[in-house]
Amino acid sequence: MALKDNLAIDVTDMGFSYPDNPEVSFSNFNLKIEKGERFGLFGPNGAGKTTLMNLMTGLLQVDHGRITLLGHDVGNQDKSVNKLFGFVPQDFSFYQELTPAENLEFFGAWSGLGPKKIKKRTKELLNILGLEDVRNKQVLKFSGGMKRRVNLAIGVIHSPAVLFLDEPTVGVDVQTRHAIIDYLRELNSRGTTLIYTSHQLTEAEDLCEQVALMDNAKIITLGNIHTLLNKHNNGSLEDLFINLTGKEYRD
Amino acid sequence: MFKLWATIKKDVRILLRDRVGISLMFIMPVILVVIVTNVQNSTFQLMDKNRLPILICNKDAGQSSQQLITSLDKIGMFKVSQTPKDRNDRQFADDMEKADAMLGIVIPGNFSDRVNTKAKSAANKALTSFGLQGDSLKKRVGGADQLTLFYNPVLQESMRLSIKGALQSALQMVESRQTLKTLYFSINEKSLPDSLENEMLNNRTTINEVPVSKDGTRKVPNATQHNVPAWTIFAMFFVIMSLGSSVVKEKVSGSFIRLKTLPTNYLVGLFSKQITYMGVTILQAAVIFSMGIWLFPLIGLPSLNIPDITALVVATLFCGWCAVSYAICVGVFADTQEQANGFGAISIVILCCIGGLMIPTFAMQGFVKMIANLSPLHWCLEAYYTLFLEGGKLKDILPNLGLIFGITLVIQFITWLGLKRKNLI
Repeated sequence: MALKDNLAIDVTDMGFSYPDNPEVSFSNFNLKIEKGERFGLFGPNGAGKTTLMNLMTGLLQVDHGRITLLGHDVGNQDKSVNKLFGFVPQDFSFYQELTPAENLEFFGAWSGLGPKKIKKRTKELLNILGLEDVRNKQVLKFSGGMKRRVNLAIGVIHSPAVLFLDEPTVGVDVQTRHAIIDYLRELNSRGTTLIYTSHQLTEAEDLCEQVALMDNAKIITLGNIHTLLNKHNNGSLEDLFINLTGKEYRD
Repeated sequence: MFKLWATIKKDVRILLRDRVGISLMFIMPVILVVIVTNVQNSTFQLMDKNRLPILICNKDAGQSSQQLITSLDKIGMFKVSQTPKDRNDRQFADDMEKADAMLGIVIPGNFSDRVNTKAKSAANKALTSFGLQGDSLKKRVGGADQLTLFYNPVLQESMRLSIKGALQSALQMVESRQTLKTLYFSINEKSLPDSLENEMLNNRTTINEVPVSKDGTRKVPNATQHNVPAWTIFAMFFVIMSLGSSVVKEKVSGSFIRLKTLPTNYLVGLFSKQITYMGVTILQAAVIFSMGIWLFPLIGLPSLNIPDITALVVATLFCGWCAVSYAICVGVFADTQEQANGFGAISIVILCCIGGLMIPTFAMQGFVKMIANLSPLHWCLEAYYTLFLEGGKLKDILPNLGLIFGITLVIQFITWLGLKRKNLI
């Protein structure tokens, strides 16, 4: 069992349901993610992955139980815990009228960075993610892949200890996907905990060490990806996914 | 502080790249101010300098009708022209249209006879009351002499009333002259001398018009002084078209999800929008006032006289803050940009109407007048009119500013409730 000090995320006896959608209902939900892990959260549509991510980032408030991030309660009014994590939502979450540099300046300030640090990080990130040449062009005119990289850059501007990624590579070409996955590995190698959801299971297999398969707001299996594949006699994560969640449409 | 500064920079950048929003906030109000001031100035000039075209069909051959026409011309309000006496009503209406005349008067064929008869009757009564024997009057005096006034329906009632007043005055002049002549002849058996007639009839007491002002000046208000402040307020409140939808756009876009996960309260974002758009409202006022001062004289409109500058700046700040607060409030409660734009635009026009920008509040009655007090635009207009039309100073508009401040606080409180209810802060 993981020691508390070694946990990036600790969800304890958590309960939550939407007032207008009781179908997604968490009850006595528990999950522990260790620091430095590359953790994948998978499940069919409506399984509760995005809801869980919203609860872990404080976008939704738990009905009961507790969620801590690096030992701090999530959802506190003072928002101090929000400095510790970054969030890369599935939707493009920035101002399309602004340039990448201007977006990073604004979101950097809101993440608690000073002007010098923002300048330094902007230069680094635009270089790493191949956006230096377009730093002063409006994001509105970018391709989908470039927008994904801007989305990622904003999420990591403040070098968070924990990074939540909701489908970070959806709709991008192979080159961009590889660039993003390589960058995420590099971040993880420097100590950043990655918590990741995706429907790209081959990509997930490539990136994640630990996985949790969810259905109906419950974890149906959890553990090291290779151990799980061996345990269930499946050759791939996709086979395991189908075996455990079935082939029926979910939405 | 750096967060606020970065947010203001972000808002200004987005605003500057929104060309439609900028044109709605600057170009549209400027066009509106120029057009409305021009239209109202033309109306003033119609009565003042231009003279209203009036067509007369004189079916009478006597002197009184000629005197009436001369009197109408002397009033200085009308440009008199005549049409042949044999026209019927239909033909006369056609003649009016051809002559582009807004008014027409048909003088009946027995007009002079009736005036003479009426004058003799009045003179007889006067002589009898003096104890003198007047001529016996065989002819019975009929009812009031009937002139028929035709008018173009576009003429507003207020203008028709002033025209009727002018016509009555001219008629009174003709009848008084005739009565005086008859009376004089009855006593002296000779005609009234011209010098005496002029002395008695034309040497009338004049009316000195004095606009009441707080600073003791006697500047006559004009269309510019009326319209520029009113439509500047309208322009300031019209920032709702850009700001209201900007708040909704941010709320429904993905960027808001990220903002909520960052260690900064969204109130910083709203505070930044208030500062940015207050800057916009001040700029709008500066542009429109500058036009009033420098552009209007070039296009034949009266120049704008700027009142006490400190009071003007303070009033503009309060009006701008109120306008911006209202726009943010609508943006917070609206779920879509369409809702914000639709409700925003219509509500501003309604607040504008009941606030006295389109119809003066003194012309409103009872319940509507009470409702006018709820419109922030009304108090903004009162403050501006105190400065622009009455020459007031800062102390004179303090009660108005207090009310604008109060309304703004109420709007801000409602916004805060909306933010809480929607879990935005």
